[in-house]
Amino acid sequence: MKNFHVAIIGGGVIGSSIAWELSKYKLDVVVFEKGSDVASETSKANSGVIHSGINSPPSSLKARYCVEGNKILQSLANELGFPLQWVGKYVIAKNEEETKELERLKKVGIDNGVPGLEIKNGTEVTEPNVSCFAALWVPTAGIVSPYKFTMALAENAAENNVKFLLEAKVTNLKKQKDGFIIKTSKGDFQSPLIVNAAGLNCREIVSMVEEPDFQVYPCRGEYLVLDKKHSSLLNSMIYPVPPKELGVLGIHITPTIEGNILLGPSAEFIDNAENKKTTREMMKNLLNEAKEIIPAIPDKAVINAYSGIRCKLASPEDGGWADYRIEESKQTSGLISLLGIESPGLTGAPAIAKEVARMISQSIELKSKDNFKFARTKRKRFSEMSAKEQSDLIKKDERWGRIVCRCEQITEREVIDALSNPLGAKTLSSVKYRCRAGMGRCQGGFCTQHIVRIMEEQFNMDVKNIKLRSPDSNLFYGRTREVRDD
Amino acid sequence: MINQDVDVAVIGSGPAGLAAAVSAKQHGTGRVVILDRNSWLGGILPQCIHDGFGVEETGESMTGPEYAEKYIAMAEQQNIEVMNETMVLQFDRKREIIAVNKKGIYKIKAKSIVLAMGCREKTRWSAMIPGDRPSGIFTAGVAQAFINLYNLMPGKNVVILGSGDVGLIMARRLKFEGANVLGVVEILPYASGLPRNVVQCLDDYDIPLFLNHTVTSIEGRNRLEQITIAQVDKNMNPVLGTEKQIKCDTLLLSLGLIPENELSKNADIEIDEITGGPVVDQNLETTLKGVFACGNCLQVYDIVDMLALDAKRAGKNAAKLTTTKKRKTGIQFVPGAGVRYVVPQKVTEGGTTQLTLRAEKPGEVSTLRVIVNDKELFKKKLPWVNPANMIKVDVDIPSEVIKSGQSLEVTIND
Repeated sequence: MKNFHVAIIGGGVIGSSIAWELSKYKLDVVVFEKGSDVASETSKANSGVIHSGINSPPSSLKARYCVEGNKILQSLANELGFPLQWVGKYVIAKNEEETKELERLKKVGIDNGVPGLEIKNGTEVTEPNVSCFAALWVPTAGIVSPYKFTMALAENAAENNVKFLLEAKVTNLKKQKDGFIIKTSKGDFQSPLIVNAAGLNCREIVSMVEEPDFQVYPCRGEYLVLDKKHSSLLNSMIYPVPPKELGVLGIHITPTIEGNILLGPSAEFIDNAENKKTTREMMKNLLNEAKEIIPAIPDKAVINAYSGIRCKLASPEDGGWADYRIEESKQTSGLISLLGIESPGLTGAPAIAKEVARMISQSIELKSKDNFKFARTKRKRFSEMSAKEQSDLIKKDERWGRIVCRCEQITEREVIDALSNPLGAKTLSSVKYRCRAGMGRCQGGFCTQHIVRIMEEQFNMDVKNIKLRSPDSNLFYGRTREVRDD
Repeated sequence: MINQDVDVAVIGSGPAGLAAAVSAKQHGTGRVVILDRNSWLGGILPQCIHDGFGVEETGESMTGPEYAEKYIAMAEQQNIEVMNETMVLQFDRKREIIAVNKKGIYKIKAKSIVLAMGCREKTRWSAMIPGDRPSGIFTAGVAQAFINLYNLMPGKNVVILGSGDVGLIMARRLKFEGANVLGVVEILPYASGLPRNVVQCLDDYDIPLFLNHTVTSIEGRNRLEQITIAQVDKNMNPVLGTEKQIKCDTLLLSLGLIPENELSKNADIEIDEITGGPVVDQNLETTLKGVFACGNCLQVYDIVDMLALDAKRAGKNAAKLTTTKKRKTGIQFVPGAGVRYVVPQKVTEGGTTQLTLRAEKPGEVSTLRVIVNDKELFKKKLPWVNPANMIKVDVDIPSEVIKSGQSLEVTIND
């Protein structure tokens, strides 16, 4: 049975941040991810916002990690080569009454140490498509691609010898004297330390070794994605004044790194954490609410819809707000759990990871690796290069000259690079989230067949193992006709 | 950057691009080059292995690949140059094309350009179908490519949403391949594909057609497991209580086609919001001088024959540089009662003008009229009309009408 110093359960942004933080040290670390890729659940399906820290009460863990994470993110982006933009955000007040709420948010922000906050009157807001009474300008809010961020962390951790096991669902944990036996769908493993970063499944993991003292209240958020051609509708994020209940931020309008605009998320407590369905009512609702903020949003601009599930530790009856819990179990030593890591978890992830490393250092001495390598520097997309850069690359490798995804102008070489990721993730979504092939307005109508061909011909994948996203999401039922060998 | 000078550059080698290139060459132009993204010629034709291509054009019924072969042979014979696996990244008003292939980046200066980029399929999100996002949801054309080009079986128990021609053809195709085709769901009260396809692809194989229905939910965490369909009311909203669950692993979408005009839009060519294609005049010239449009990027055709005939005109005009003095004297065609759109959208010279148009809704005996200033310029009785069947008429337009500057209204009345 393979033994590791640390076993992380969950390859979301939290698990991947912790894996990356630990990859700097001389440790054997493994990550178990039940999906076919990292960032396959909540970490992928959120607004991709780097929060400033104006929304969480001072002295909460949410506020602390958010503000700390916000400060680390730029250098992390430089080190790992994922894109990030400090677009800033406006929280808009529709009337004088709501302006009071802006004052309150500003005060919370100042208490949390958020710099540059400024209340502007409606005419000073530099968004031509938004009209409001007043707005709180938050210059330290930014955007990041949540899956690229997570993948960058995980891939660099893997390059520094963290073992990522995909499609490895943890089915049982057994505490023994010298550590845990971890049963997974990919075999059994041993480790004295478990980091439970299982997100929505955090309670299920805890209950494998002890009676959990908490409940998880899944809260679904639906989003709509707009065609890139409408990207000029706004420059910064636009948030309403947060609704009084549910502990959420309200339906906002967010530009993304890629140029699409996101509308959402809704907030709806649901019974089943796996119910990621989008609904007709909410899709309508999102569009209507977004149009109240930006009336110029056209009806037919939507090119995709999805939902993500927040992991909340407070029920709607209790107001939906609870702080994070990041702690080693008192009953089961060696089990470190990260519970209720919802927004601003994406922002807080790097700071949370440092905290977990500190906790681990209390039981294992952390010695820095001499050969730790940062990721390759950020590489431009083919479509972002000058003609000279493009020509030079094509001369080196003609696959740079073959466009596979026409909407996003993604080349064969970029698809091959995506499929060659150090995690070994090979679904259609793994390709899509790494290089954007299939993410444009035709949503894979033309490139799917070419990507499938590349998977078959250049990666020798069996057609029955070609998947959309998750372990059982096969695209094909084999050949229409078997080819005879003669 | 690899520089080239050509007389006519054709973007796209589908049936329209091939026909335009062949025709351009026949009309005496010099260097004709076809640029195409795929490694093959013919665009979508090689995956259309059913027959019925070319009947009206040649009197002979061919399959898609056969029809393509015919044009490819002509193109070869005429020494038309082909650049395969070549993606046009942009062109501008000086008709300078930037393209890329495995040899490098090209700058191609063309005396005229023919746009023949074709179209793409509408996705799940154009119909805003809520629910899960499992695998097993394909547009009909993608499923067709998988089966006919790549020998891959995309589904076993299949429902098709939308009764466009590709969807109807695929219902039959999947049946041939042993799939269980559970039905075709259409939100309109009538099929949107050609009547002959409804008979030959559904009726002949006992595949049910659910009119006035739509898919209201998709379920399946990994692969598709079930869909819900429901009846719709007059406003296309689902009627509560009419929901019906269907267990299936595959949903094909045949929701319609969208002309591909990202290149045209980037070149500031005016686009007709209804056709989705460039605004053209009687010569099929776009609002950019020397740039002509044809095929499904101009308007979505129902049969290849009519598409090819129009494409040949575009090719001929591109070869002869038949540009018109623009915007000075042109008058508009305006779709009136009963008409969804008219191509060309404007006419700049008197004479016989060919109009293609589509009716708003199906009807019995009807009258097509072209009206200018309340006066009837043209009138034709139609035995029946159907939006799926494009209508083509030749209309004589006197020069005085053009000079008058009045727009021409086209109507269809019962």
